Amino acid sequence: MEQAIAVKEVYSIEDLNLWYDKKQALKSIQLTLLEKQVTAIIGPSGCGKSTFLKTLNRMVELEPKVRIEGSVRYRGTGIYDRTYPVEKLRDSVGMVFQKANPFPKTIYNNIAYGPRLRGIKNRRVLNEIVEKSLKQAALWEEVKDILHKEALSLSGGQQQRLCIARCLAIQPDVILMDEPTSALDPISTLKIEELIEELKQSYSIIMVTHNMEQAQRISDRTAFFLEGELVEYRLTEQVFTSPVDKRTEDYIMGKFG
Amino acid sequence: MRIQTVNRIATSIIILCAGIMVTIMLTILGYVLFKGIRFVDWHFITTVASTFNVGGGIKDQLWNSFYLLVITMVFTIPLGVAGGVYLAEYAPDNRITAFIRSCVEILASLPSIVVGLFGMLVFVNTFHWGYSILSGAIALTIFNLPVIVRVTEDALRAVPQEIKEASMGLGVGQWYTMKKVLLPAAFPGILTGIILSAGRVFGESAALLFTAGLTSPDLDFTHWSPFSENSPLNIFRSAETLSVHIWAVNSVGIIKDKVAVASGSAALLVIIILLFNLAARGLGALIQKRMTGK
Repeated sequence: MEQAIAVKEVYSIEDLNLWYDKKQALKSIQLTLLEKQVTAIIGPSGCGKSTFLKTLNRMVELEPKVRIEGSVRYRGTGIYDRTYPVEKLRDSVGMVFQKANPFPKTIYNNIAYGPRLRGIKNRRVLNEIVEKSLKQAALWEEVKDILHKEALSLSGGQQQRLCIARCLAIQPDVILMDEPTSALDPISTLKIEELIEELKQSYSIIMVTHNMEQAQRISDRTAFFLEGELVEYRLTEQVFTSPVDKRTEDYIMGKFG
Repeated sequence: MRIQTVNRIATSIIILCAGIMVTIMLTILGYVLFKGIRFVDWHFITTVASTFNVGGGIKDQLWNSFYLLVITMVFTIPLGVAGGVYLAEYAPDNRITAFIRSCVEILASLPSIVVGLFGMLVFVNTFHWGYSILSGAIALTIFNLPVIVRVTEDALRAVPQEIKEASMGLGVGQWYTMKKVLLPAAFPGILTGIILSAGRVFGESAALLFTAGLTSPDLDFTHWSPFSENSPLNIFRSAETLSVHIWAVNSVGIIKDKVAVASGSAALLVIIILLFNLAARGLGALIQKRMTGK
């Protein structure tokens, strides 16, 4: 028996369709994402996995000529409702990108950026947030003496953890990660994977990855996307040991992609 | 072997062109300074110009150049930067904005004498502002807007898209992203545009002949009320700038030492532009430090 009772839904998506101009990128997607779990989204390049991730915090709207139909409900409210304020959504849903993208500011100011926008000016409070976020992102020990150095002087792996810390500083509910380790070396990747394990205690994490071992190592559930469709979405173990769909099996066996 | 030869030839041509460019610039600069620097002294800088007698200075013209620059920049910077921000971030990609862009480009290629005559017809005559600092400043604003708009737009577009995404992803609105991330990152480029157009203001004469005028009232540097006739701050008085003065002394001047005055003014103008550029760079570095710091 699965202990389904204790687990809450963060997102429920129904019949989600998305077009870039005339090309359909998501076809009738239907799934629910659960609280305090790591959900991995896998699939070959161009299958719509990143697009899907970006619909969850409406970043997809920054792309030109996007049209969206269907319903995406976050904690029960439709985020594409006309009255839903996008800033409020991104208050609760943080995002970590494929390429580490710190601002050209100091380490401290990168972390303090989000809290400052939310009106926190008190130096002591900001200091606490910065320290706490960096500790959560397992970066504190490495940077505690150089907080006022440029963030761009850090290594790639450190920059990515800084971006995670920056995201944690706004105390999100959900963290979206778009192939967060694809540009990193194996050691940095390992550190970030350990970090995700840790963060899962308090946050719901939805992660796009092209690395199937990574999905197996750290995710609770896996969704397999192919050509804009959701092919299979189950417990990670089941997806990888006994896939139901032939296409999933072919993909995880490495027959294409 | 062939590739190496081609490489060597290309390198030589590039170095040759760069050499020619530097030689021309140094020659002109050296000539202007060499001819004029001996006439520049404290007396020259602090004495008013004389219409008939030998020994006049350029005190008022120097002040007018600076003051006109300030007033022009007060109009140009906000309008130009806002225009560039709009075109880079807010404007939809359609025919109307393409039309706006080509208008900006056409405006940039207008001969300055045309801008000057336009300024005379509209600001001087129709608006009855007369030959004044205001007329001159607005004519120069028309003249300089395209530079700032263009430079601002390009500088903003050169900021990596990832940084913008990072900010938007933190639930930060478009304006806050602009103010806190995009503008600070684009600031060095925008500053270069501002310095370039400031240099144009210092050096411009054709657009000012018919707008700011060829004369200045006797300025009273103890009297700073902007509404008084001969106050240095009055924007409705006529104001001959240093470069207009060079032109006027050379072509219609009747003073015996007109060569000395013109050469001295030219040398001084070059030095001032140089100092201004250095100061602007220094100030810019300071501002950017503050902007990225917070």
